[in-house]
Amino acid sequence: MTEALIFELSAPGRRGASLPEADLPMQNPSSYLPAGLLRKDAPELPETSEIDTVRHFTRLSRMNHGVDVGFYPLGSCTMKYNPKVNEEVAALPGFSAIHPYEPAELTQGALELMYRLEESLCEITGMKRFTLQPAAGAHGEYTGLLIIKAYHASRNEGTTRRKIVVPDSAHGTNPASAAVCGFDIVKVESNERGGVDLAALRKLMGPDIAGLMLTNPNTLGLFDENIAEIADIIHEAGGLLYYDGANTNAIMGISRPGDMGFDVVHLNLHKTFATPHGGGGPGSGPVGVKEHLVPFLPYPLVGKDAQSNYYFEEKNALSIGKVKAFYGNFGVLVKAFAYILTQGHELKEVSELAVLNANYVLARLKSHFDLPYDRICMHEFVLSGKRQKKNFGVSTLDMAKRLLDFGYHAPTVYFPLIVDEAMMIEPTETESIETLDEFSEAMIRIAEESEANPENLHAAPTTTPVGRLDEVGAARNPVLKWTAAK
Amino acid sequence: MLSAIGVKSIGDLFKEIPEKVRMQRPLNLGAPLSEHALLREMRRMAGANGDLTQYVSFMGAGAYDHYIPAALRTIVNRQEFVTAYTPYQAEVSQGVLQTIFEYQSMITALTAMDVSNASMYDGATAMAEAANMCAVETRKNRILVSGTVHPEYRAVLDTYAWARGYQVEVVPAANGVTDAAAVAKMAAEAGGAACVVVQSPNFYGIVEDLAALFQTAHDHKALTVAVVDPLALGVLEAPGNQGADIVVGEGQGLGNPVSFGGPFLGFMACREALIRRLPGRVVGMTKDHDDRRGFVLTLQTREQHIRREKATSNICSNQALNALSACVYLSLIGKEGLREVGVQCINRAHYAAERITALPGYKLVYPKAPFFKEFLVETPLPARRIFDKLSEQQILAGVPMDALAQVGNAGKSAKVGENQLLIAVTESRTREEIDALVRALEGLK
Repeated sequence: MTEALIFELSAPGRRGASLPEADLPMQNPSSYLPAGLLRKDAPELPETSEIDTVRHFTRLSRMNHGVDVGFYPLGSCTMKYNPKVNEEVAALPGFSAIHPYEPAELTQGALELMYRLEESLCEITGMKRFTLQPAAGAHGEYTGLLIIKAYHASRNEGTTRRKIVVPDSAHGTNPASAAVCGFDIVKVESNERGGVDLAALRKLMGPDIAGLMLTNPNTLGLFDENIAEIADIIHEAGGLLYYDGANTNAIMGISRPGDMGFDVVHLNLHKTFATPHGGGGPGSGPVGVKEHLVPFLPYPLVGKDAQSNYYFEEKNALSIGKVKAFYGNFGVLVKAFAYILTQGHELKEVSELAVLNANYVLARLKSHFDLPYDRICMHEFVLSGKRQKKNFGVSTLDMAKRLLDFGYHAPTVYFPLIVDEAMMIEPTETESIETLDEFSEAMIRIAEESEANPENLHAAPTTTPVGRLDEVGAARNPVLKWTAAK
Repeated sequence: MLSAIGVKSIGDLFKEIPEKVRMQRPLNLGAPLSEHALLREMRRMAGANGDLTQYVSFMGAGAYDHYIPAALRTIVNRQEFVTAYTPYQAEVSQGVLQTIFEYQSMITALTAMDVSNASMYDGATAMAEAANMCAVETRKNRILVSGTVHPEYRAVLDTYAWARGYQVEVVPAANGVTDAAAVAKMAAEAGGAACVVVQSPNFYGIVEDLAALFQTAHDHKALTVAVVDPLALGVLEAPGNQGADIVVGEGQGLGNPVSFGGPFLGFMACREALIRRLPGRVVGMTKDHDDRRGFVLTLQTREQHIRREKATSNICSNQALNALSACVYLSLIGKEGLREVGVQCINRAHYAAERITALPGYKLVYPKAPFFKEFLVETPLPARRIFDKLSEQQILAGVPMDALAQVGNAGKSAKVGENQLLIAVTESRTREEIDALVRALEGLK
C-alpha cells in the first residue's frame, strides 16, 4: 500500500481553503514594491480540494504507528500514553492564541503556569531554578553545557576547563552537544556492572575537566549506585555534574538528581511528562540548576512579586543569553503542567509502575535472549540478540522488523553501543499486564522462529504498507524532494 | 507480577538506590486532580490571558495572526501523527516520513533552493545553525549579521556563536535597511567573513534588496543567509533566485497559532553544495524489495546518533508536528492561495499605513522603504500608552518597540523607541477592524 504524493493529486485551479473576503481593493503588489523584489514564477505548490487533501493525509496517518495505535516499547523514549485532556487544555484560546509580546497584565495566566511548572520541576528534581526555554532534550543539553561553560569562564577557567567526560553508554546527543558547545570529549568506560568505572574516571581528572554528563538510571536501565562517589570525584576536580534527564521516568519521588549531587539537569517533557512526541517534535527540554548556577540561566525567567503578580525578570549580567526566540515551546509546557496537576504526589507511583512493568517483561524474556547485565532494572532494560545472531544468523534488526508484523513498534535497537545486537525495551507505566504478556509472547515466538524459521525474520516485515526499504540506495542517490515531470 | 520477577515488594525493585540519595518525604505537589478539576483550574488560568479570539491583534514581530483553515486542525490532530516518535522504523512510519518529504518539497519550492531539512526548533535557532554551517564551510569565524534582523534572533545567534567561538559583527542599518556599503567594507575586512545574514522582510517589515546585498557578499567570498517570511513568498522573489546559499525562517504563520511564542518551526534550505553540512533530519525517497516507493530518514552520517561528537549539529527532535501543519497549510491553500494571502497582506497593510499616517502626529519611521505586512510608525504619544488605551477597546495596536525590554533587554541592540509602534496587518484583519484601529487612535488624547 502506497499513497500518491500530494503533488501527484494536484490539478490546476483547485484549492482546499477559503480566504477572507477582499473587502478593500486588492491591487497588484507591483503597485507597492519595485518589480525586482517580486516573484516571477509562482512556487510549485500543490492545488488540491479540501476533501482530497483531508483524505490524502488521513490515509497517510493510517500508515503510521503511534502510541494510540499500539504498544511502543522504544527504549529511552518513554512512549507512555498521552492523556487527551491535556490536548484539550492546550488548545484553549487562552493558551494557544496569545501573542508572545502581550504585556504581563494580559498574560498573567500564562506566566502563572510557567512559574508553577518551574516550581514543580524544581521539586521533582531538587534543583533551585529552571529555564523552560529549550525546545527539546538535545537543546536542553546544549543550554546546560553552555551554563557550565559560562560558569567556568566567570571563574577565569574558561580556557583551561575544556573537557567534558561522557560514559561509553551515553546517548549520542551527549558528545554531539558537548562538541557544538566547543568542548573536547573524553570517554569513560563502564564497569562490569554497567556503571561508570570509578578508577577510570579518577584517572581522567585534572584541571582541564569542565564536567561529566550522566544519565542515571543509565542507558542500560541500571541505576549507578556509585553516584555519590562519582559526584565527589568530579566536584573535587573542580568540574560540574550534568544530568541527562531522558530516564527520569524511573525515579520521580524516589531519588532526585539534585540530591545525587548533580549541578545541572535537563528534563524531556515529551517523555517523562506525557506530552506527545508529534512524530519528531515539538518537545521541550527545560534545564534546572543549583543555586550557584542560577545567574547563568537563559533570560527571561518568570518571577512573582509580593502582590502575586507574575512578570519577566530582568536579565542577569552573567546569563548565557537566549537559546530560542520567545520563551520556549509554551504549548508543550501547558500539557506537561496539566499532566503534573493530574498526577500530583502520585508521580512516585508512575515511576514505581514503570519499573515494575519493565522488570516484569525482563523476567519473562530473559531466558530467551542474552542479558548482558543480569540485575534488577529500572524503567527499561537491554537485551542482546547475540545468541540468535551467532546460532541462527538472525540479527536484532530482523527481530525488530518481525515485531512490526505483530503490530508493535520495535524497541530501540543497536543502542547502547556497548552491547552487541542491543534491544532496549521500555514498556512504561501506562500499559496493562495483558499488553505486557502479549508483547512478551510475541518476543518469545520471535526467538523461537529465529531457530525454526529464520527466513520469516529475514523477510519481515510483510504486513506493513511497505517492506524493508533500501536505505543504502536512499543515501547513495538522495532524492529529497518532488520534482515535476518534464 | 512481583513473584514472576522474584521480589516481595515494589520497594525491593529500588534497593540498588543508596539510602543517602533517596527521597525521604513525599513530593510536595499536592493531591492529583480529576479531569474535571483540571479543566476548571486550567480554564481559570487561560481566562486570565487576553487571547486573540477576544482581541483584534495588530501584533507581529515574529509571531503573526494568519488565518488557519478549519480542515488543518482535523488533519494535524490525527493521533497516529500526534503520538508517534521520530520515524526510526520506516515501515510503520510512512505517514510521518511522506509528510516530511512533501514538506521538504514545498520548502524548496517556496525558497527556490535545492534541499530542505525536516525542520528546526524555530526561526532564530535555524538562523544560528545556518551561520554555524557557513563558519564550518568557509573556515572563517566572522559572522556578519544585519542590524535589521529581529533582535531576539540576533540574541540567539550571539549565544550560538559564543558557544563555538565565532565572532558576530552587526552590519549597521541605513534608513531601515541593511547598509550595502557597510556590507562591502565589513566583508572585505580581517581576512573576510564566513557569511552575511539578512532578514527580508526585516524586523521593521521592510523588504530588503537581497540580490544586491548577496552579490556584494559573494564578491568578497562570504556565504549568504536569507531569513525570510514564507507567507510572503507567493509574492516576493524567492531568495534562491537572489543569491542565497542558505534560506531559513520562521514557519509559524503556516498553520500554527501564536501560542505565546511556541511551538513554532524553523525551516532551513540550502544549496546542494552545502548538503553535508546541513543539520537535522532529512527524508529521502527510496524503494522496498518489491519496488514499492517508500520514504526513509537519510544522510544520517551527518547526525548525532551515528556521528556523535563529529555530527553537524546536536539536533534530533525538531518540530515535526508543526512542520506537518505547514505542509497541510500549503496543501490546502495551494499555489494560487499563497499568492492571494500575500496580495491581501500587502494591500491591507498599505491601507492601514495610509490611514494611520493621515492622522496628526503619526508617520512612518521609514517612509521611503517598501514593506510587506508590517511597518514601524512614529507615534505622538508613548507607544506603550497607546497600546494600553487601545487594549481597553479589545485592540492590540501593535508591538511597542520599548516593550521588547520586557523580555529582558532583548531589544537592547534594536532601535528602541518609546514613541514607536510596530504594526502588523495580515490577511485576517478586515477593513472594519483596520478602520476601528484608526478610529481608536484618533480618539486618543
